[in-house]
Amino acid sequence: MPVDSAAADTFPKLLIRNAQIYGARPSMRHKDLGVWQTWTWAEVLEIVRAYAVGLHRLGVKRGETVAIVGSNRPKLYWSVMAAQTLGAIPVPVYADAVAEELSFVLAHADVRFAAVEDQEQIDKIQSVKDRLPKLERMVYDETRGLRDYDHSHLTSMEDVIADGRKALVDDPALGAWLDAEIAAIKGSDPSIILYTSGTTGTSKGVVLTGERSVTAAADTVAFDRLTENDVALAYLPLAWVGDHYLNYAQGLVSGFCMACPESADTAMSDLREIGPTFYFAPPRTLEVLLTRVMIRMEDAGLLKRKLFHYFLGVARRYGERILNGQSVPLTGRLLYALGNILIYGPLKNTLGFSRVRVAYTAGEAIGPDLFAFYRSMGLNFKQLYGQTEAFLYITAQPDGEIYSDTVGPACSNVDIRIADNGEVLFKSPGMFSGYFKDAAKTAEAMTPDGYVMTGDAGYFDEKTGHLKIIDRAKDVGKLNDGTLFPPKYIENKLKFYPNIREAVAYGDKRDFVAVMINIDLTAVGSWAERNNVVYASYQELAGHPLVYDMIEKHVVEVNRSLAADKMLAGVQIKRFLILHKELDADDGELTRTQKVRRGFIADRYAALIKALYDGSNEADISTEVTFEDGRKGTISARVKIRDMAIVPTPALGKAA
Amino acid sequence: MSSAEVASGDVLLAVENVSLAFGGVKAVSDVSFDIRKGEIRAIIGPNGAGKTSMLNIINGFYHPQQGRITFKGETRSKMRPHDAAKGGIARTFQNVALFRGMTSLDNIVAGRTLRMNKNLFWQLLRFGPAMKEEVEHRHRVEEIIDFLKIQEIRRTPVGRLPYGLQKRVELGRALAMEPELLLLDEPMAGMNLEEKEDMSRFVLDVNDHYGTTIVLIEHDMGVVMDLSDRVVVLDHGVKIADGTPDEVKGNQSVIDAYLGVAH
Repeated sequence: MPVDSAAADTFPKLLIRNAQIYGARPSMRHKDLGVWQTWTWAEVLEIVRAYAVGLHRLGVKRGETVAIVGSNRPKLYWSVMAAQTLGAIPVPVYADAVAEELSFVLAHADVRFAAVEDQEQIDKIQSVKDRLPKLERMVYDETRGLRDYDHSHLTSMEDVIADGRKALVDDPALGAWLDAEIAAIKGSDPSIILYTSGTTGTSKGVVLTGERSVTAAADTVAFDRLTENDVALAYLPLAWVGDHYLNYAQGLVSGFCMACPESADTAMSDLREIGPTFYFAPPRTLEVLLTRVMIRMEDAGLLKRKLFHYFLGVARRYGERILNGQSVPLTGRLLYALGNILIYGPLKNTLGFSRVRVAYTAGEAIGPDLFAFYRSMGLNFKQLYGQTEAFLYITAQPDGEIYSDTVGPACSNVDIRIADNGEVLFKSPGMFSGYFKDAAKTAEAMTPDGYVMTGDAGYFDEKTGHLKIIDRAKDVGKLNDGTLFPPKYIENKLKFYPNIREAVAYGDKRDFVAVMINIDLTAVGSWAERNNVVYASYQELAGHPLVYDMIEKHVVEVNRSLAADKMLAGVQIKRFLILHKELDADDGELTRTQKVRRGFIADRYAALIKALYDGSNEADISTEVTFEDGRKGTISARVKIRDMAIVPTPALGKAA
Repeated sequence: MSSAEVASGDVLLAVENVSLAFGGVKAVSDVSFDIRKGEIRAIIGPNGAGKTSMLNIINGFYHPQQGRITFKGETRSKMRPHDAAKGGIARTFQNVALFRGMTSLDNIVAGRTLRMNKNLFWQLLRFGPAMKEEVEHRHRVEEIIDFLKIQEIRRTPVGRLPYGLQKRVELGRALAMEPELLLLDEPMAGMNLEEKEDMSRFVLDVNDHYGTTIVLIEHDMGVVMDLSDRVVVLDHGVKIADGTPDEVKGNQSVIDAYLGVAH
């Protein structure tokens, strides 16, 4: 069935198109038994058709949901494709979801069929079987350990595909029937349901349609000029919108090759072997990589270490400007070229970044130094902002307009509006059609005129025209004079300094902003050692005047950067203190994922908050702490408070 | 394998009236038991009961002063370890015994040595038949690496690996021999709960997937009772019980041996 490119408004149609125009090009690679196996687009089409027929013969019907549980493996991606080919709706679930979460999603999505990776997932699903009365059959990829299982409800994917292949040969009419089925799928039919991870309440099933998904992916494929010659490593969770968008959707639209790692633990070395040209990593991963590089460099010989640090300096001065295409003196260019031969090239090769042409990072605020490090190496890392409801992209930074504190202008065909409370609203080609079986929540997430509410607060930066995300909308407060107060934005700015481990900012319904700071014992401790500052305990170090001086310098810098921004000049830090103990999840001050619990801390340290705002220079506090062995004790301290000068901002005429 | 199948299985190895003494110390006295094809057979007992000695007798490292051992219908009194290995008996050790400077991959390939047929001349040439053989062996080794899920440490020198993984590599090397009988000397010693569960899974999978007969020495009673089809109990070198886990659990002399008796 020939498919016109322009008419390919669903993924199954795109697969047919790719098999026609990129037939012999690689579509998917997977490292198996130590060797990279490759499937071309033509081969994938043949397998997916056989698989779809096999599933059909097992009873999978149009419009039905099919759960996909497991890690990034070709057969699971083909399960997604095969389900979509039949007009069924794949519902990917996180492979590491515990049985509880799994049963919630599977039950909520009414799945009758599940395509799972291995015995582990089968065991998990069977342990909650009584809560899934609708589940009829599971198909699995990995056969090991399953020999003694009752196979009345289990079939191996291999068998399903073989059965479909045989049926297609035996009955020539079946192929034509399948073509008709594919043609009958409308672009407005649901293409996939992605469940949000549920960090903010119970998880919701985000329904995305084929046509919108394809349109959105086509926009970004054009934006980043992705072609069939690109390669991506599919190492992000299959159930996450990022993987489905960046790898699956963009791969089908552009025809690029998606490589599946051998296992989750080998992703780093597989990255090096594959050498992707398109890459995505959350800031946390980049940080871990950088730390690993730095630690290894410390163990290198003197000459290598010197070279490394010298050329790191060169890269810092010229790297980003060269990448952005700005003017750089000739000596700079020559030095940078030399550095590229000696340091940057080999380093990128070790990390598997040699061929990276476009790379993205997103998910949380990225430290400017961290971001600059990768960019100065000549890696085109950019930031994007998005969410599941938008089918990922809302904004993305174009080449040459990269800033560590913005997420870029709206993507092509995306319309962004900022609500009065600072919340970012958008309308985009890829936006979801609703939450599965939850019209009430869908209505809650939309404005009457059809914009989606992101729940994030942000604003457009005047200088760059880029969107800046400052905090979750519900966390953004207001100072008494009406200035918007985004606590996390201020805290993140402080936390980018290695000396500051945690910061808690207050200001909602107050006259000014005040912060409590936790020093980082490792960083400040090593500083103390080098500067002959003697201390006996964390508490003593935290209260040391020289430490206060050092932190004060950081706060001044943060204030200066806040003052540079018209929107945020009013929320400069006026007073700060350094806490006498480390905030700890055991004491309930942090969540288990290390996020500060602002409200709880305010109650616990009420005496300090009071002192911050009543003008006193120090305050006494005693708090109960839980030791690691579970015993409880009390820590008492006298905590000093420092006043800060407010950096004048002529634009607002609000000099302190 | 279900116990009904095992009960009817052929005897793979039989130990008859075996005694072993080091000078005046009697490590094993007059012990008889059999191992049937396809079963998981545990040997348990308090410290110093003679379990490891028994294993060393089975794979030919110790030569008993008395008694007979019949392996695959062939009776022998003396056998050297490499004869045992050639005959299809592989083992792992209580204290991991790997080539610490070599990678996991190379360690497991070492387990294939006995199955390499081309002589040194061909191997040096790295050409034609030798290359073909090498590829076949590597394929087999990769299957084991996949089976034990140790892909990420393929190229890591074994000395740098944590203990639990070293044990897994050692199991991999034993599996590379494609043994008929696999002797595991305390495969879970020193492991945490999660590592124990993983290892138990692997032992069951080896038994199920490759059909390998397994003799297991283990101290963790929970593991023994869950994994094994039949259990032999030794105490001070004497066999005091033999039967299914349930039978052994209820045996009074076993309880006495483990908990002690009031004198």
